[in-house]
Amino acid sequence: MDIYLPIAGQSVNALFIVLLGFAVGVLSGMFGVGGGFLTTPFLIFYGIPPTVAVASAATQITGASVSGVMVHRRRGGLDLKMGTVMIVGGLFGSIVGAAIFRLLQSTGQIDVTIGGLYVLILAWIGFVMLKESLQSLGYPRAAAPNKPRPRHNRWVASLPFRWRFHASGLYISPVAPLALGFLAGSLTVLLGIGGGFILVPAMIYLLGMPARVVIGTSLYMVLAVSAATTMVHAMTTRAVDIVLAGLLLVGGVVGAQYGAMLTTRLKPDYVRLALSIIILLVGLRMLLGLAWRPDEIFSIEYL
Amino acid sequence: MSARVGPILLLLLAPLLVAGDKPVLVPDVSARQVQIRYSFNGAQLLLFGAVVYPGGRPPDRQVDIAVVLRGPYQPVLVREKQKLGGLIWVNADSNRFRSAPSFYAVASSRPISDLLDERTAAIYELGIHNLQLSPGGGALPEKERRFEAGLLDLRSRRGLYAEDPHGVEINDGVLYRAVITIPSQVPVGTYTAETFLIDRHKVIAAATRNIQIDKSGFELTIALAAKRHRFLYGLTCVLLSLGLGWAAAAAFRRRF
Repeated sequence: MDIYLPIAGQSVNALFIVLLGFAVGVLSGMFGVGGGFLTTPFLIFYGIPPTVAVASAATQITGASVSGVMVHRRRGGLDLKMGTVMIVGGLFGSIVGAAIFRLLQSTGQIDVTIGGLYVLILAWIGFVMLKESLQSLGYPRAAAPNKPRPRHNRWVASLPFRWRFHASGLYISPVAPLALGFLAGSLTVLLGIGGGFILVPAMIYLLGMPARVVIGTSLYMVLAVSAATTMVHAMTTRAVDIVLAGLLLVGGVVGAQYGAMLTTRLKPDYVRLALSIIILLVGLRMLLGLAWRPDEIFSIEYL
Repeated sequence: MSARVGPILLLLLAPLLVAGDKPVLVPDVSARQVQIRYSFNGAQLLLFGAVVYPGGRPPDRQVDIAVVLRGPYQPVLVREKQKLGGLIWVNADSNRFRSAPSFYAVASSRPISDLLDERTAAIYELGIHNLQLSPGGGALPEKERRFEAGLLDLRSRRGLYAEDPHGVEINDGVLYRAVITIPSQVPVGTYTAETFLIDRHKVIAAATRNIQIDKSGFELTIALAAKRHRFLYGLTCVLLSLGLGWAAAAAFRRRF
């Protein structure tokens, strides 16, 4: 069934877009990631103009995270205070990200920067998560002497002005989550992703938050930042396609429900293992995309 | 004012003035307006018409017809990727074209190269390779050619530039018809359909019709809203996603 997208200016197969939204929604609910790192490349591959893909994916991320946030909040898996601190950082980050985006766009190096950043970030996070999840599942058979991991990262613990975060059971400086939010916010604008797949591991490994509250809090942060990004795109690039976003949303919000349901049935370590493998695969694909001869040597930009 | 009216009058009167010895084209198109709606999946336009010969008798030899459908002109920047340091592909070079048509389709009763010599074809911009793209920036001709080939190839594969060497059907030397397919990703605007009557390697008559391609109904409303009421449009998108997300969560609540 073909539907014409008024902003993208072309027709797409509606069923394909809804299914894409659904698949990304399942991941979103399961892992607390926005899923933009999958939606955006798929839409571009499908032939949607990149700015429209980035802007509309941001809208879909909002919807997919809202149902996730509600589910997790009901189960007490949301640290509202921590999330709000990160959102404040995220809003500043998105302003800086937009400035960098414009600079790179004018020099024509935006796609290679996006690709390069994706590869670096995905490889780093993927390997760290893979190692940790395999260790906690007891896979390196010659069980290393079970040295207890320090609860707090040394740098995080050394920051001043400590606040109490009750839901996470932490007593740390708000500067750390603020900086983390700033990073995620700038990446949202720059890479067209919610930043959840960076937030989740960083909250676990850097802030030392318990896994129970990590996903809900990350979704809460992603929700706010992606909503702000949609507004920024609507005001500046005017590339938000409400029909495209709506189709993605219909699949995405339902998928997020199933994703959240699956989280409760699966062992968290396996969930983490699966996420690390997905992250590494996407990173590998992006690396090959940079190194292989691209399908299109030429690209057209409207002036 | 009179400087403008003069040529137009001449153009209008031209058929009458030359009616004595030259044939005249009477073209038409199947739709003067194409409306883009939610189900728009591209369109097929029928360009047809008749040739009116002086004295009403077609000549014994075969005459040929070429039709061209052209979209609005846009300046574009074409970027080229090159392998950097043997490792990664980056956009290394670019070239500007000031007048690339957003859509260009030509159909003819025989291949253009059989109908006209190269110079004449270039004058009338008949054939994809005869488009005058006005490259800018004073680059080397060699580089310009490379970028031009890249642009033409990219747009040809997207169906935006098309050439059909046997696309025009002529009946009894008088009636002609050609079908041109427009893909869904064409921009809106005024398109021109030109018809050329070609006889013995010369264009002996030409005529033009305009076709308006526009978004309509819901699609038009959205396109306008996104342009004119940016804040409200963005807010609507955010509220839509929040609403749908909330609805799904509420609907599934009973399941767990």
